[in-house]
Amino acid sequence: MINILLFAGLQEKVGKESVQLDIEAGTIQSLRKQLKENYQLDEIDTAMAAINEEYATDESTVTLGDTVAFIPPVSGG
Amino acid sequence: MKKFWITDGKVSIEEVVALVTRREAGAINTFIGTVREFTKGKKTLYLDYQAYIPMAEKKLMQIGEEIKKKWPDAETAIVHRVGRLDISDIAVVIAVSTPHRADSYEASRYAIERIKEIVPIWKKEHWEDGETWVGNQLETTPYPKGYPEVKNND
Repeated sequence: MINILLFAGLQEKVGKESVQLDIEAGTIQSLRKQLKENYQLDEIDTAMAAINEEYATDESTVTLGDTVAFIPPVSGG
Repeated sequence: MKKFWITDGKVSIEEVVALVTRREAGAINTFIGTVREFTKGKKTLYLDYQAYIPMAEKKLMQIGEEIKKKWPDAETAIVHRVGRLDISDIAVVIAVSTPHRADSYEASRYAIERIKEIVPIWKKEHWEDGETWVGNQLETTPYPKGYPEVKNND
């Protein structure tokens, strides 16, 4: 099980702060694909991914115990 | 002492300034970001800021490190508020102290621009006629390379 944190518009669309995928490992790209299928979350394409609080690329691998987050374009300041 | 943090309470400018005040400094530059009422003619009632707090604090700290590399004599402190903010409330305070004033202006500017690029904080505008999560304010394509670009330190 991999826990994925969602924020801003993504969180609002899914209606939850986090979702779980029943997998043991995968790439960020594969997680995007599953989230799109499970939640019709097309907006995930414009979001950045982070693994354990560092920005990650689509090829980065996620394994059990990692904290994954999808980060829509930021607007702080 | 923590010099880069996210808070859900009112921000104290004095507290942030005090964190960079030191004998070596001849200048302390503060940037105060506040909630604007009108954006392109549209009236904002209030804002909601959300952050991925642990990562946001890490990224603020990273900005502090980047500033250290570019301006080795600079000391930086940054606080960003989350939650509901009303018009004119303070959303962010940046304080940079340096021996001479030119560096403090430049480093302060650098800090706010980097916040808008890499710190996971989001703003939801509540307008008179609706609400929106604001995308990136630089009005560029979100992350064309798939990740926020990290600038060279030269």
